Amino acid sequence: MKFGVVIFPGSNCDHDMIYVLRNIMGQEVVELWHKDHDLQGCDMVVLPGGFSFGDYLRSGAIARFSPIMTEVIAHADRGGYVFGVCNGFQVLCEAGLVPGALLHNGTQKFICRNVNIRCETSRSLITSAIEPGQVLTIPIAHGEGRFYADSSTLAEMQSNDQVLFRYCDPTGKLDDAANPNGATGHIAGVCNKGRNVFGMMPHPERASDLELGNTDGRIIFESMLGALLERS
Amino acid sequence: MSETASQPLTTVETAKKLGLLPEEFDRIKEILGRVPNFTELSIFSVMWSEHCSYKNSITWLKTLPKKGSKMLVEAGEENAGLVDIGDGLACAFKIESHNHPSALEPYQGAATGVGGINRDIFTMGARPIAQLNSLRFGNPDSQKTKWLMKGVVKGIGDYGNAFGIPTVGGEVYFDECYNQNPLVNAMSVGILEVGKMVSATSYGAGNPVFIVGSSTGKDGIHGATFASEDITEASSEKIPAVQVGDPFQEKLLLEASLEVITTGAVIGMQDMGAAGITCSTSEMSAKGKHGMEIHLDKVPTRQEGMLGWEILLSESQERMLIVVEKGREADVLAVFDKWDLNCVQIGTVTEGERLRYYMHGELVADVPAHDLVLGGGAPVYSREYAEPAYFQEYRKFSIDSIPVPDAEGLKKAAWHLIGHPNICSRQWVSDQYDSMVGTVNMSTNAPSDAAIVNIKGSDRALALTVDCNSRYVKSDPETGTAIAVAEAARNIVCSGAEPTAITNCLNFGNPYSPEVYWTFVGAIKGMGAACRKFDTPVTGGNVSFYNQSVFDSKVEPVFPTPTIGMVGLLTSKKHLMTLHFKHAGDLIYLVGRSRNDINSSEYLYSHLGVKGSPAPFLDLDEEARLHGLLLDLIYNGEVASVHDVSDGGLFISLFESARAGRLGFDISTDEEFRTDAFLFGESQSRAVVSVRPEMQEAFVEHLSASEVDFTFLGEVTDSPEMVVDGQNFGNLNEAVKVYDGVLAGKMA
Repeated sequence: MKFGVVIFPGSNCDHDMIYVLRNIMGQEVVELWHKDHDLQGCDMVVLPGGFSFGDYLRSGAIARFSPIMTEVIAHADRGGYVFGVCNGFQVLCEAGLVPGALLHNGTQKFICRNVNIRCETSRSLITSAIEPGQVLTIPIAHGEGRFYADSSTLAEMQSNDQVLFRYCDPTGKLDDAANPNGATGHIAGVCNKGRNVFGMMPHPERASDLELGNTDGRIIFESMLGALLERS
Repeated sequence: MSETASQPLTTVETAKKLGLLPEEFDRIKEILGRVPNFTELSIFSVMWSEHCSYKNSITWLKTLPKKGSKMLVEAGEENAGLVDIGDGLACAFKIESHNHPSALEPYQGAATGVGGINRDIFTMGARPIAQLNSLRFGNPDSQKTKWLMKGVVKGIGDYGNAFGIPTVGGEVYFDECYNQNPLVNAMSVGILEVGKMVSATSYGAGNPVFIVGSSTGKDGIHGATFASEDITEASSEKIPAVQVGDPFQEKLLLEASLEVITTGAVIGMQDMGAAGITCSTSEMSAKGKHGMEIHLDKVPTRQEGMLGWEILLSESQERMLIVVEKGREADVLAVFDKWDLNCVQIGTVTEGERLRYYMHGELVADVPAHDLVLGGGAPVYSREYAEPAYFQEYRKFSIDSIPVPDAEGLKKAAWHLIGHPNICSRQWVSDQYDSMVGTVNMSTNAPSDAAIVNIKGSDRALALTVDCNSRYVKSDPETGTAIAVAEAARNIVCSGAEPTAITNCLNFGNPYSPEVYWTFVGAIKGMGAACRKFDTPVTGGNVSFYNQSVFDSKVEPVFPTPTIGMVGLLTSKKHLMTLHFKHAGDLIYLVGRSRNDINSSEYLYSHLGVKGSPAPFLDLDEEARLHGLLLDLIYNGEVASVHDVSDGGLFISLFESARAGRLGFDISTDEEFRTDAFLFGESQSRAVVSVRPEMQEAFVEHLSASEVDFTFLGEVTDSPEMVVDGQNFGNLNEAVKVYDGVLAGKMA
């Protein structure tokens, strides 16, 4: 499987993502520069975390207009896979590739720590190997991660099974204290209606290296590879 | 009218206003052979400020050990020292203060402190991989402290998080002495391949000089001079001397700077921090024994109509000066174009060591590089020092004046410490920093006394820590500073790593006060002795004088605060040792000698309210023996957890190991000692270890054969209780709730 990791100016989790995909998952990875228009034949485009263009306006609001994003949107429209983590998720929301918006955390503070998320569905490329209800411990690191969507959008997402992850306590319960940023419905990760574009605030690439003592995030990458292998 | 013609002739009065002494003004006239114009005098004033010249400290700094088998670049040679860490890699690291800006404008002051220290690292060609910081604030209940602390933490977070380097460790400490003058010390640690370092030098007449990065504005003018005067009520008028940070530009500058080095076209590079273009042009020229001709009107500016001296002195952030091999300009321009950054030639390297600055063709300043810089013509002073009266007063304290508390009193003291702002969890702060970006922080899921940073693709890791209990330093500068080094080394050792080298951030009051200077001299002596003992040379750092608060119109210097940033090396990741209790039934031992010593402990100072006492006991040989033994125990797999005894004493160490492992403990004290001293005393050179029952025999045999004292304390328990001498000191979960909630409560 060929991955393309987009590098915006201000991306800072790009190399963490590349390291996991290339060195830990053993996949072919190319870097996609924001000024380019060539996706180099990637099966999946990954939008990494960071502070694209400084995120002084609204997170992801400027990156969404990068030259490469024209191609990413076209790729998604053709049914191609796109995966956005943290700032990448914010860019996907700004580009309208996934529903909802990501607002300032309820605490109005940046939060970096391990959190628990519950898998809501196995019906997606990135959760295909995860049991619904299974709890993963994966870190978050963001100032603007409070997922928001109006009630009709939420209802539609619900009926389409588009919510992939929700923040929960270690047992899987949706406790308010376990919702770090105040996200609507505890939503931590979603997909689009076509189920080919995925966004999540937690960083699975930060929980994939045995040397860091937590590999809960690996199952998300394994899901992708397993599902794709099955298909090919 | 031309710029120089419109400037009034400088006098000794002008010099004084710029922070220069009358004799320094005379010396400048002598160097130039004439009266300097205002621009030239401004250049001398910033370059001869304490911040740039170390004129009041260098004599003593030179007594610190800077040589060592692992040193590739020694202190003072480049922007930061360089240490060999094996596998063909070197580590560059440094700590720096941003106290004065943070006192006035906490958010930008702290943010630009982070930016500045990272530039010091990547200007050498090293990629920063970790950041730490050491913060000191006044009374945590005061509105002023809350404002300062929220601003500083947000400033560090916003800058460091966007820049994208993890903040892996630090310390936060409160005392009223910092009420008006917080200390904000930021440390950056970077890695590069041995032999690939870029020097801050300039040579080769005709080579072009480029300014790259952000445009130049009017922020931070005379910032270095401002940082070298007393903080007073009137200091708020100096807010324009505080710089404004842009972490996005810094991130681009980092990537572009590291990329431009790979072109091979770079002769030398230096970041612009204090004193901006003035400092970078003069230091690079003096190092390379060449001159420069600089056209200030070519510098990209943020606003129109900036004068030559303003451009020269601006401390606008996120800028670098690069000297490039003539003919290779296009390669350099291409890199900065890729990253959408300014890259403009502003001058050329010349023969001779003269710096000539022009504005629209007019020569506005003509000064010799050598005479401006540290090690060149910058003044060097030996300041007077005198032992302050309090020192002998503090020494009169006797533990016998304190009655030994009963069981209830001990419990009360224990809970006081658990809930004390100087001891409680720092999570309210650390959660606001991205500690995991870069995927190298090995301590997130495996806490140890030092932060462990992975070197990907090797079996090695770095162990990093910052330490200083400034109350000890106030009580006894020499012993207190030796303790700061000893504690840093102990933290490294307790994590399974070997102490390698230190950087220091020396925060003191006004050096012209003999009593203040006495604390500085003592600190340097203590640091030198400890660094020699642990073979941890000093690779560089920073001096910040003039830190003080005003109480009832009386000026009080802050506690002398020589913050130690230490780097250690974990030679194999299998030696990584954590601090948490692992299994119920494991045996708990205290390794190291107990003493009837409560000197300068948090227990004595804040629980009992005794403000003056000597520093806790330290013997450097005893400390070194402990380090050797602990490393042996770790390498042999004889211990399951190791945690040093420091602030709050043995009881707090036990609590912290229990908290991290979610397991209780049941221990007995040693009747040979006062129970309060045994539990809460802060005498040095001790660690709490837990031992699996099957390892007990080997452990005891090993310890018995060593010269280090040890005491059996008790065992780790399943039930979450803290039991001491059969008395339940409380429920661990409740204690954790208190411990974790203190700072959030104070800052709400």
